[in-house]
Amino acid sequence: MTTTESPVADNGVNVQALLDAREVLKGAPEAAQFTWRATSQWQNGVHTQVKVQPFFGLGEEQSHAAEHVFDADHPAVFAAEDNGITPIEYLLVGLSSCLSAGVASVAQNRGIQLRSVEASVEGNHDIRGILGADSDVRNGFNDIKVTFKIDADASQQEIEALVAQSQKRSAVFDALTNPTDVTVEVV
Amino acid sequence: MSEVTSTVVIGAGHAGLAASHFLTERSIDHVVVERGEVANSWRRERWESLRLLTPNWLSRLPGHAYSGADPDGYMSATEVGDFIADFAVGSQAPVRTGVTVTSVRRTEAGYDVATDQGAIRAGSVVLATGACNRPSVPGLAAGLPASVEQVTAFDYRSPDRLAEGGVLVVGASATGVQLASEIRRSGRPVTLSVGEHTRMPRTYQGRDVLWWMEESGIWGQRYDEVDDLVRARRLPSPQLVGTPERATLDLNALTDLGVDLVGRWSALRDGTALFSGGLRNVFALADLKQQRLLDGFDAWAADGATGERPEPTRAPATSRLQLDLTSGEIGTVVWATGYRPDYSWLDVPVVDGKGQLRHDGGVVDSPGLYALGLPVLRRRKSTFIHGIEDDAREVVDHLAGWLGRS
Ligand SMILES: Cc1cc2nc3c(=O)[nH]c(=O)nc-3n(C[C@H](O)[C@H](O)[C@H](O)COP(=O)(O)OP(=O)(O)OC[C@H]3O[C@@H](n4cnc5c(N)ncnc54)[C@H](O)[C@@H]3O)c2cc1C
Repeated sequence: MTTTESPVADNGVNVQALLDAREVLKGAPEAAQFTWRATSQWQNGVHTQVKVQPFFGLGEEQSHAAEHVFDADHPAVFAAEDNGITPIEYLLVGLSSCLSAGVASVAQNRGIQLRSVEASVEGNHDIRGILGADSDVRNGFNDIKVTFKIDADASQQEIEALVAQSQKRSAVFDALTNPTDVTVEVV
Repeated sequence: MSEVTSTVVIGAGHAGLAASHFLTERSIDHVVVERGEVANSWRRERWESLRLLTPNWLSRLPGHAYSGADPDGYMSATEVGDFIADFAVGSQAPVRTGVTVTSVRRTEAGYDVATDQGAIRAGSVVLATGACNRPSVPGLAAGLPASVEQVTAFDYRSPDRLAEGGVLVVGASATGVQLASEIRRSGRPVTLSVGEHTRMPRTYQGRDVLWWMEESGIWGQRYDEVDDLVRARRLPSPQLVGTPERATLDLNALTDLGVDLVGRWSALRDGTALFSGGLRNVFALADLKQQRLLDGFDAWAADGATGERPEPTRAPATSRLQLDLTSGEIGTVVWATGYRPDYSWLDVPVVDGKGQLRHDGGVVDSPGLYALGLPVLRRRKSTFIHGIEDDAREVVDHLAGWLGRS
């Protein structure tokens, strides 16, 4: 046991609020039910615009401070206009940002000061699947690799533990590694 | 007319018998009721090859210790049964075998214990019915194709009694790794579905890893000192097996045997098992936890010595994300997904929504009602044989105080 005072880490994450929420929601599972929403509007070609603002949680309608607009399209090699990143790249956006947020939160909770957290994500994709060129090839990623470069006041082992714990608690990591029941309807 | 006594102890496993030992020491009038025979779970609910994962020298109960020639060996289930039966005889425990408790009700004066052989009224009751009464099997088991046989750790006896074909073992804690290993050695193709697990080398710096757990004080850590008690109580059992070679049985050892590792079984779709793609992270979590444990041993020993560290868990080059259970490849699914207690006969509202007893260090949320033998009841070692002595003494202390007051 060391009793030396270490300076308080500040990664800008309000861990106390999260810990308090965990305690409250333990006894109120209804309030923990969130619904995230997005609405999209097809533009032209394979270009679609998606807007995100309202969501539901803590028993009532909520809203992001502003509306966020995302364009999804395909690059020129797909003979498209490239008005935005491809939909499957949005999964990489989600994964890296979710894991990084997790690293920051876990580090805050463990009193570890972060100086920089960089992640590069690669998703390998055999597009013969989506083109219908080979029915044995799946449509989605074959595999994904995330590489973190982290500069922090911590040992290599502590940093690896941050990244492992972040995956353990990541919504997007779970959504990508485990199947989700998806319903698509036409009204 | 009901029979009347001060205390009824339910269950004659080592926990109930340890409670009886301390009740006798305090001259508290009591009976121990047992639906089967003494040490019933070791006699009827274990597979044939099972050996304790705790070494013989750790097999100790109040006033009763292993005295054989092989302190570093590991007892078979029959030997554990005999060891516990000897303890019952030595401590002259007032055991009634073949008596099943069918209900426990609270009354003004204490509790009414109904059994299939009549009722007993008592001021206090000790629940020592065990933490592992039933196998805990996930809901998706119900949807498996009928062509696949399903067995739990309670029905499993030996590899030769399994249906033809490959075997999918689900769960990689002590039970799962032990069964995967013996089924694979019998020549069957084995796939092991791995979720979060606790990895430990069998020996560290020449000593049994459980010597380190015990001597360094980790196992003695009290429930009110543990950081996250809920988590500590749910911790999976360590990947350990008791063999004469004192061999480590981690996932690398299983890979060397030719066991295929897949991720946690997350869903069943049209007869196909879908496994999590998060396998590498459960390896990383277990490897890191093991490192911290061994670092902790080194820090405790404070002699500057460091033992050889186990190599990281080797991830398979590719691990299957799905397995078609209708193809005939898999003949049997073995559920090694844990155990849970059964309180269906307990008519006192002290069981939470998840089927766990509400208690504070074995003092149940109903005056005069006590429990023993549950995970981290009062210490990290609470469910282990050698862990019962301190818990039983303290719980009986509290119980005596309660009887004295009422
Ligand atoms: C597979 C396995 C391996 C284990 N290996 C080890 C090990 O290596 N080392 C170690 O220290 N620990 C080990 N344990 C943990 C622990 O020692 C055992 O679970 C042990 O059986 C617990 O003892 P107990 O007295 O708490 O419960 P049990 O031994 O389960 O005893 C409870 C008794 O209560 C009786 N009972 C239940 N309900 C009723 C009722 N309604 N009426 C009357 N009687 C009832 C049962 O018949 C049983 O005899 C292992 C556990 C399992 C499941």
